[in-house]
Amino acid sequence: MLSSAFLPPLVGGALIGLSATLLLALLGRVAGVSGIVGNVVAAPKSSQGWQIGFIAGLVATGWLLLGQGNAVSAAVSPTTLVIAGLLVGFGTRMGSGCTSGHGVCGLSRFSRRSLVATCVFMVTAMLVVFASRHLVAGGAL
Amino acid sequence: MKFLIGLAAGALFGLGLVIAQMTDPSRIIGFLDLFGQWDPRLAFVMVGAIAVHAPFVLLLRRRGKPFLANTLRIAPESRIDGRLVLGAAIFGVGWGLGGYCPGPAVVAASRHSSAALLLLSMIAGMWLFDRVFDRRGKTSVNLIESVKVVPTTAKFCG
Repeated sequence: MLSSAFLPPLVGGALIGLSATLLLALLGRVAGVSGIVGNVVAAPKSSQGWQIGFIAGLVATGWLLLGQGNAVSAAVSPTTLVIAGLLVGFGTRMGSGCTSGHGVCGLSRFSRRSLVATCVFMVTAMLVVFASRHLVAGGAL
Repeated sequence: MKFLIGLAAGALFGLGLVIAQMTDPSRIIGFLDLFGQWDPRLAFVMVGAIAVHAPFVLLLRRRGKPFLANTLRIAPESRIDGRLVLGAAIFGVGWGLGGYCPGPAVVAASRHSSAALLLLSMIAGMWLFDRVFDRRGKTSVNLIESVKVVPTTAKFCG
């Protein structure tokens, strides 16, 4: 039995799959967020229209659908967020992809590289959460 | 036209992330926290996305080319190297620390200050890798040159 709690994730995931399909079917491009953002950051002048459009679409939906009042309880300090962001940016460039590029698009085409990358970032992220939640005294986070 | 396709794809992607509540880092951390109150929902997002996308990837590969462009720009299946593994591991540490991967960070940045802060430093991290550490361009040139130099180096090596 599928609990209703799992319906939004499944539907949301299906929309992400549809988005990736749209880009691949029409433009032959992979919907990897880190790659798209990375390319626009690395060479803004030579970045392509669809990449700018994709980022604009992401930003616009967030702005329209997420209320300002819907502030996320940041369990994480600003310093941690900055360090986390640096690692996410650096690591996704180095590993050529993130949750979308390797996790969704790569696994959808049964890429061994993406499978390895996805396993590695899932496991390291789980280890970091384990350490910060269960090893740090009192599990303060 | 390509801008509009990108815009539609980005909007769908963003809508999917918001519906799945993946813009909330506590959901991500809940998934990553296997030994706490594990929240498996992120796995369902992945399953939903792959279930929809994978059949189309198969069909498109059979077709050979996309509808409005000439080539499917799918990364070639190259070898699994240290760069891939180390990069994924570094990303994983950042993901576990902040609870944001790039997609949700971009979506939530305009509304949530934590996402905005993470996005800015993520861009800095990308820039840092490209400018300081990535010498792919130079390396590939060197590789091409080293192919010509192989006979000489081979003497030294062996």
